[in-house]
Parts: sequence; structure tokens; C-alpha cells
Amino acid sequence: MNLLLTILVEGLGYASYLFIVSLGLTVIFGVLKILNVAHGAFYAWGAYLCAFLIGEFSTMGVSDLGTMVAIPIAALIVGLILGSAIERTIIKNLYGRDEVLIVLATFGLFLVLEDVILLVFGVDPYFAYQPTYAMPGVQIGGIHQDGYKLSMIVVSLVIGLISWAVLNRTHWGKLVTAIIYDSELAVAMGINVPRVFYTVFVAGAVLGALGGAYIAPTISVAPGFGVEVIVLSFAVVVIGGLGSIPGAAIGALLVGMLRAYAVLQWPEIELFVVYAVMAAVLIFRPEGLFAPAKARKI
Amino acid sequence: MTNRTMIGAIGVSVAAALAAAAPALAKDAVSIAVPAFLSGPAAGPFGVPARNGAEMVIDAINAGKLPAPYDSKGFAGATVNVEFVDESGGNTKQVAEYRNLIQKRNVDAVIGYISSGSCAALAPVVEELKTLTVFAVCGTPRVFEDGERQYIFRTMSHATADNVAAAHYIKDMFPAVKSYTGINQNYAWGQDSWRDFELSMKVLMPDAAQSDKVQFPKIFAGQYGSEISALSLDAAELVHSSFWDGDLEGFIFQATPRGLFKQKKVILTVGGTAAYRLGKKMPDGVILGARGPYGILVRDRKTALNEWFIKTYFDRYGTYPSGPAYQYAQAVLATKIAYDKAAAAAGGFPTQDQVIASFKGMEFESFSTTVKLALAGGHQAITENVYGITKWNADDAEPGVTDVKFYPAECVMPPDGVNSVDWITKGMPGAKC
Amino acid sequence: MALTSDRTTLGLTVGFVAVALLGVFVLPDWLLNQILVAFSRALAVVGLLVLWRTGLVSFGHALYFGLGAYTVALLGRNYGIGEVLVTLPAATLASALVGFLLGFIVRRYREIFFAMLNLAFSMVLFGILVKTEALGSTDGFNVEQPTLLGIGTDDAAVKLTALFLGVCAIGWLTAVLVHRYLGSILGSLTTAVRDNEIRVEYLGYSAAEAIHGKYVMSAALTGLGGGFMAISLGQVDPESMVNWTVSGELVFVTILSGPGSVAAPFIGSLIFELLRTYAFELVPYAWQLIVGGTLLLIIFFLPGGVWSVLSRLAGRRGVEP
Repeated sequence: MNLLLTILVEGLGYASYLFIVSLGLTVIFGVLKILNVAHGAFYAWGAYLCAFLIGEFSTMGVSDLGTMVAIPIAALIVGLILGSAIERTIIKNLYGRDEVLIVLATFGLFLVLEDVILLVFGVDPYFAYQPTYAMPGVQIGGIHQDGYKLSMIVVSLVIGLISWAVLNRTHWGKLVTAIIYDSELAVAMGINVPRVFYTVFVAGAVLGALGGAYIAPTISVAPGFGVEVIVLSFAVVVIGGLGSIPGAAIGALLVGMLRAYAVLQWPEIELFVVYAVMAAVLIFRPEGLFAPAKARKI
Repeated sequence: MTNRTMIGAIGVSVAAALAAAAPALAKDAVSIAVPAFLSGPAAGPFGVPARNGAEMVIDAINAGKLPAPYDSKGFAGATVNVEFVDESGGNTKQVAEYRNLIQKRNVDAVIGYISSGSCAALAPVVEELKTLTVFAVCGTPRVFEDGERQYIFRTMSHATADNVAAAHYIKDMFPAVKSYTGINQNYAWGQDSWRDFELSMKVLMPDAAQSDKVQFPKIFAGQYGSEISALSLDAAELVHSSFWDGDLEGFIFQATPRGLFKQKKVILTVGGTAAYRLGKKMPDGVILGARGPYGILVRDRKTALNEWFIKTYFDRYGTYPSGPAYQYAQAVLATKIAYDKAAAAAGGFPTQDQVIASFKGMEFESFSTTVKLALAGGHQAITENVYGITKWNADDAEPGVTDVKFYPAECVMPPDGVNSVDWITKGMPGAKC
Repeated sequence: MALTSDRTTLGLTVGFVAVALLGVFVLPDWLLNQILVAFSRALAVVGLLVLWRTGLVSFGHALYFGLGAYTVALLGRNYGIGEVLVTLPAATLASALVGFLLGFIVRRYREIFFAMLNLAFSMVLFGILVKTEALGSTDGFNVEQPTLLGIGTDDAAVKLTALFLGVCAIGWLTAVLVHRYLGSILGSLTTAVRDNEIRVEYLGYSAAEAIHGKYVMSAALTGLGGGFMAISLGQVDPESMVNWTVSGELVFVTILSGPGSVAAPFIGSLIFELLRTYAFELVPYAWQLIVGGTLLLIIFFLPGGVWSVLSRLAGRRGVEP
């Protein structure tokens, strides 16, 4: 029983940050048809900036809990500045080109951004433990869980609900849905597609950075740590269905639970179980578990 | 079609353009390469102090400013030109880079390497390229136990010492421990450390039970939430870990709010580096090693060499020297002594073979301890080992250690010619404790 | 057609012989070593080129690269076999076999799904290798000294020269054979499949089968390249042989080289290797920046890769029409 509860909490905690990151990835793919490897760089930038800001705030005398304000600030700065800059200079010129070529271009972009991190933040790891130390812990399933992890679960739930509401309940969301469904038709109907693309890309970048910023206080933020999250979030969105928001949620949950189970019960399979599931999903349901509806073009 | 001429022409011109070989070096200077992690999670806690330690001692050697009896200038009188190179990027990359160091940049000797992975991968290549290489920190016993080495020396004890000493310390200080588990990195260092610890515990504390869910996360994983849960769920009272680099600091930061250090006894065989870097955030009551008598565990050792080392380091870099600083400095010092000894014997600047001959089996007083190259035909050093328990020193606002216990070299390292696993399994015959 | 093909063969022969002669008589050891490593990788890149001509890009060919490398390394470690006439064919066959089996699955996919499915398979191998201590886990292990017809050597220079000549010979053979294949009817289906799959089907050929064949071929070549790489470096580990970044590197060199010729991968690989060596020496923290920047520049400004520049230069000089 304790074990089950622990797997559940661990799995949810892991799934929640994966969900935030993957949500950004999947929305960008859904609308722009770009599988963005540079998303891993947004994640890394978010984490670095957040860790840096927490350190700064802390020396300025902000309380440990108060430093958490760095998380949204870092995500917004990275998303709005770096995200827009990249959309304007690089991504904009890639629309409509071969999908695989676009992936490669974003891979190139990722490599460049990774090294720029080194130049800006140096090679030393950053620690921003203040928020995790400040949050009170809880006893669950006979072991001590930190409150920070639980807050992450709540936040990702809220973000999931907000995105759902924006897409389904607002005018703007309906425009986006229309483009996902059929972008040519959307153009014909007079939707300003480039502007929607831009907005969605920046929003996706903010989400990627938010995932990184939120995870930053629980890890050592060191060079190269954005590499792993790329393939992991690829796995999440492929499992869930490229471009699908509920798919990202299910994918993240599945990956999170699988990994938690593996670490706690069967450590040997930890690293590949996720990819084995990804391969299986691709084989049996290549569109993913929750592929968004496709327009039938006759 | 122009293909034919073109391919031919390109082949010739590309190759010819690059054919310029590097010029040979004169012998009033010795050029050495010092690899250490200069980027990535291992840079801050390990690479940077290691580099600093080496840099400081090399500068002192070139100026003839080391304390006596090491106050002669240079390596056998020759100025030491040093180049620091990055150790990160994986074993295969290190092998390729090592070839470049020797064949392209023509260095006379390589002193360094932190990761056991680097050393295990490089051992055969060093032997193939026949250049003096002094391993400074890396700990896997496999380097010398997998084959005979001519050109490699290691100037500190290997992982066996850390883990045998760890088991001794547990037995001496916490004889009531009934069960133990571990979390170690999934590569040579972590696997060897756990194996040696587990075997030593079976010999020294046969009644203590071992957990069946020992954790081996990937090196540089950075996130240990689930592993910490697994350890918390485990009934074992003691947790052994040979974590180092940023992984260790990440683990401490993640485990503290989870109450792991309050719930269990934790022994960190390479915890020394974290004590200075984490300061007050380092939990009290953690059993701490530094892979031998280095760093925080020898802060109070009042020898001339040690006092010079701590003071010069503090003045130059603004922090106290941690283990890697001592260990790299020790490797550089050992190389200097070997060169000087060989020069004295040869009556002139020594050849590499002469340096190697005098390096073998050497015994010398290093900055914090006595080093004896006693194993593997005089290529592998042994030193004493030491453990203590962390205690924040509120008066000086400095990290401190209590209950420091030293174990002699012959107690924690196997005798020459004996494989470390065999030695521990047989009950450590011949150990002088 | 036949004439062109012969001329390319001749050109390849002249090129490889020239490199081999220079290598033996002129070049320093370190450069020989770089060419050895570069050509090992180039063999794998030729494999990717075969797929690329069909319009397919795999983000998981590190699977076959790693399989080849680990086959060579494991034969040495577990059975003491260092004979290159055994280990290299074994590496090629092992990769071809796995490629043949997975081919039944991947041949149904195109574009991004093809790329991702390959990625998933390669990451499964990566995970298994990292977590299995018997397979060396994160560290990997050393590769047995290679022998040829039972003859080995302890002399590093002799060994290097022998390996170098070996990689030149195999590189030449591969380039010529692949070139001939791409010129054959079966091979030209490649381009046809990329342009219009349905038309190919109407001609009575199965696009899926054509792709399957090429997939196996590319797997085999990549395995051979991986095997050679393991021997050249003397070390295998998952991070530098099987991780997804290795797949990315292979694709990068493919794009850098350009699809123009089977000779391109060899030149592209060598440029890549030299770029890397000097980058590490001069600007150690800007290596990824250089690679990434180059990749972007090529995608935006030089879709034909290095080869297109070289052919343009050669054309301008007016060497032979």
C-alpha cells in the first residue's frame, strides 16, 4: 500500500513537469507542424534563469518561499524574449519546409543555445534549493514527501485546465483549433495565420521555460541537462499523439508512472521502458493514443 | 563530368594542406597536459579545485617556491608548461582527445583525470602510445588489476581503501547498525565502490543485512526524487553512497527536505567536497570521507607542507582546498620528485624511461600525508584513509567534522599482487589496522 | 550513363589511392588517426545517404552504429576474437539482421514518424546498454587488439597505418559499390520513391519493399562504420556510440556532406573531425555552437552541402567539362 502510494506520488510529480514541457512542444507541433528540438533549450534557459534569479533574490533578502516568484518571471522572460527572437529570425523562415529539415534546423538551434548558456551562465552548476527547503513537507504512504513536489502537481493541473479553457472557450482558441484542423482553410477564411503562429510559438516557449524553471529548485542546474528532456518529451507527445493536449497529459502520466514504478521496483528497466512504450505505441497506433482529428481532404 | 579529377584533386589537396606537423619541443621545458572536468556537473566541485591545486603547485615549482625539501626549480630543472584540458564528454571522446594530446600536441606527460570511466578507458591507450601518464583522482581498482601497466601511475589509493575504511568506521562508531542499503552511480566508480563496501561489511559486520533494492541511477542524472523515496521506504538504517560531483550536491539538496538525513545514517565516501561548497546547507551528522586524508578532514594537520598548502590556496582562490585540490597537487608533486630523482641518478635531464624507473615504488611526503607507491609493481599508491562526522561550527561559521578516525594504508588497501575483491572476500588477510 | 559511372569509379579510385599514399608517406600520425576516425564515420554516413536519396532521414541510426561497435567489442571481450575478418563482417551482419527485422515495421512510415520510430528503437538499445553491467553499462569497455589473418602488432604506428589502409580500402570499395547500386534500376527507384511513391507502385514495384531493401543496406553500412569506429578508437561506450546525440551527429555530417556524391561523406566527415579537433583546442566551450551554427547555415544557404561547393569550384576552374 505504501509502495503504491509512493509510486503514485512520484509518478504524478514526475509527470507534472513533463506535462508542462510537453504541452509546449505539442501545441507548437499541432499548430506550426514543427517538432521543435530547441524546446529543450527553452527548458534549460528557463531553469538557468530561474536558478540565477532565486540566488539573486535570496541575497537581496527575499524570504525562501518568496523566491518562488522567480519561477514565473524566468519563464516569461525566456519565452517572451528568447522565444520571440527565435520565431522572428529562424522559425519564421522555416514554415512550410520539409518537416524533417525543420527538425534538423531546430536541432542546430538547440546546440547553439546550449553553448550560449555556457557563455552567459558559466560552466558551474547552479543550486536554487530555497523554495524546496521552505515548503512544508507531508507524510504520505509512510514517507516524507516535500511540499514543493505537491505544488508542482497542482500547478500543472491548473495549467492543463487553463490551456483547455483557452482553446475551447475563447475566440482566439477557436482560431487556433481551426488552424490545427486545416491551415489552408483558415487562411482562406481570413485568419491571420502568421500572427497566430507567432503567438503559439511564444506561448509554447513560455511553457517549455516554465517546466525548466519549476524543476530548477529540485536539481543541480548544470550544462547539458536539457538534452535528456528533449527525447523524453518527444516520447510523451508521440505516445499521446502529436499535437494533442489530452494526449500530452496521458503521455506524461504514463511516462511518469512507468518511471516511478521502474525506479522503485525494477531499477534495471528504468531507462528504456519509456522508449519501449514509445516504440510500441508507434507500431500499433502511429498517430499516438490521442491523435487530434485530421481534416479529410477530398 | 568532372568527378574524377575533382575527387582526386580534393583528396590530394585536403591531405596536403593539413600535413604540417607540430614542431618538436626543446628540453629546457617540459610540457604537460592536465585534464580535469572544466565544464558540466563535475566542474565546480571537482574540476575547478583540481585545476587550481595543480596550477598553484606548478607555479610554485616553476618559481622554486615549494616548501623544502621540494624547493628546487621545475621538473629536473626544466620549466613546466601546462595546458588544462576538459575531461567532460564521455570515455570515447577522452580516448580520442588523449591521442591528440600525445600525437598532435606532443606533450611529455599527462597528469590528471578524475573519472574512473576516463581512466579505465584510457589505460590500454596509454600503454599503446607509451607516454608517462599520472592518474590523479580516479578510483576504480580495475586500472591496474585488469593488466600490467608500464606507463601509468596513480598517486592516491583506489576505491577499495575508501570502502574498506568506511566499513571499519561504521563498525567502530555504529556497531549496532543492523541493515544497510546504497545509492551509487551506474558506472565503474559506483559499482566498484558498492561492491567493495558490501563485501567489507560482510567481513567486518557479518550480522548486518543488506537491502535487496540497492539504487544505481545513471551518472549526471541530477534528479533523485524516486530514488530517495525508494531509500525512505527501505527498512535499512544505513545508506552508503559514493556520489561525487554535482550529483552529490543535487542529492543532498533533494534528500534534505525529504528528511532522509534525519531518518537514516548516511555515509558519503566522497562527501568532503560538498562540505565546503554547501556550507550551512550540509546536514549535520553525515559520515564523511574525502577519499583519503585530504580537504576538510586534514584542516587541522599542522605540518609545514599542509599549512603552506592551505594558506597559499586560501590566499589565491578564496576558499579552503578540498580533496581534488590536494589530489591533483599530489600527482604533480610526485611527478616532480620522480623527474628530480631521475635527473640526479642520470646526471642530466632524464629520459622518460629513467623518470619511470625512479617513479616506481617511490615513497614521499606529500602535502597532507605519506604516499607509498606500493602496489601494482610500484605503480599504484597507498595512503591512510579517514572518516569523520559533519558538524556545523557555529562559532566560526564554518563547516567542521567531529570523531575523525584515521586508518593506516596497510589496513585499508590489499597487499601487492592481490586483487582487491579476492583480498576482501578472504577476510582481508595481512591487514595491519 | 555507363561512361559517367566509370568516370566516377575512376575518380574515387584516384582519390582514395592518393589519400592512402599521402597517409603512408607524408601525413603525421595524428592526422592519420583523424582520417581513420572520419572515414569510419563516413561509412555510416554513406548508409544515411542511401536513405536520404529516398527522402527518408533516420534520427536513430546510432542504433546500428552502436550495434556494430558493440558487436566488435563484445566479440573481443567475451570470446577473445580480434580478427577483423570476423569482427567487421559480424558487425555488418548483426546490424543488417536487426535492420531487416525492424525494417518490416519502419517501412510503413515516412517523414517525421520514420525518424521518430528509429529514435525510439535506438533509445531502447541505449537504455539496455546503460543499465546492464555485463555490457559495460555507462563506461562501456576497451576493444580487443585487432588482428588481420591472425597477425597483430604492438607497435602503435604500424597498427595505425594498417588500420588506415584498411579503412581506405573498405571506404573505396563501399563508395564504388554504393555508387554502382544507386545507378542501377533498383537503386534509381530511390529517387523515384521520394518523388512519387504511387507512381512507383504503378510501375509494378513495391515502394515498401524498395525502402526495406535500402533500410537494410543502410543499417549494414552504419554497422560496418560503427565496427570500424570501435576498432579505431579502441573503446566503446553508450554515450558516444548509441545515444540520440550520435544519431544527430550522423545526420549532421550527412547534411554537411550533401547528397551529391558517394565521395561527399568522406570529405564531409573529415571536415567534421578536423573542425571538432580544432574547436576543442581553440574554443572548448563553443563546439556545439559551431556545429549548430554550421547546420543552420547549411540548411538555409547551402542545401547541397559541401559537395555542391566543391563541384561548383571545380566547375569554375574549368577542369574537364
